[in-house]
Amino acid sequence: MAGARELPPDEVLVQRLRDGDEQTFTQVLDTWSSGMLRLAMSFVSTKASAEEAVQDTWLAVIKGISDFEGRSSLKTWVYRILVNTAKARGTKESRTVPFASLLPEEEGPTVDTSRFRASGEQYAGHWAVGQEPRPWHVPEDYVLRGEVREVIAEALDELPPRLRTVVTLRDVAGYGSEEVCSLLEISPGNQRVLLHRARAFLRRKLEEYVSGAHDVAGGRGRP
Amino acid sequence: MNCVDFVELVTEFLEGALPEADERRFIEHLAECSGCESYLDQFRQTIATTGELTPDNISPDARQQLLSAFRGWHRQ
Ligand SMILES: [Zn+2]
Repeated sequence: MAGARELPPDEVLVQRLRDGDEQTFTQVLDTWSSGMLRLAMSFVSTKASAEEAVQDTWLAVIKGISDFEGRSSLKTWVYRILVNTAKARGTKESRTVPFASLLPEEEGPTVDTSRFRASGEQYAGHWAVGQEPRPWHVPEDYVLRGEVREVIAEALDELPPRLRTVVTLRDVAGYGSEEVCSLLEISPGNQRVLLHRARAFLRRKLEEYVSGAHDVAGGRGRP
Repeated sequence: MNCVDFVELVTEFLEGALPEADERRFIEHLAECSGCESYLDQFRQTIATTGELTPDNISPDARQQLLSAFRGWHRQ
């Protein structure tokens, strides 16, 4: 979302783009392209291909801005073109990400069941002794914060494409759930399942990092 | 509600999507369980940190090409 709030409202943006205002185009290009690149990565195999999808999208935006009717926000319109462009590329690369229903591996617990007391034990279903999450905080130190972001960025790359797409749209690009549901043609319930699984995975990676960093002298260790 | 259920409802809670009765039980559990309190807090920190990512941007070459395409389109 960084920089997004400095952009003028849609009516102004659209008018300036139609007038050929280069400064405005540069501004939207620089504000949105990185998020678009990450989103495109969910549908295609390589970064080069994702970058081409982003470029094709901007070319379509340049040509189509006079036809933009303002029924959605400008950014949603741009993202929709991107999703279609990237999907078409992904199909050619035999890498499609259909969202209509949940996959079997997207159901089931998001926290390792061994961390909870087994059924039959006293307090069954509660955190097992020594397994409960310990309070942690993301370090304030500038360097360590950079490391933490790196942990998240790597974990994002490890996520299956559908989970990555949803969490990227929601938590990196800052979209609301309704926009994401309409963009991906997915039900609110399924959107929440995918988002929750993705967030739970990222939290686990951070937990591993934070506990590793605390156990090792110097605070830079990784599990 | 136990911890096993709690950890699966965090996103629904944060989205305000829990039915009223479930939300009440979620909060009751939260008040009594420090492990789940930490879990929820860590979920929030994870979301906040994810929001700080500055993703890769398109290459300077691609950027230049798009700027000239924009310029060219409006000269037509
Ligand atoms: Zn609990």
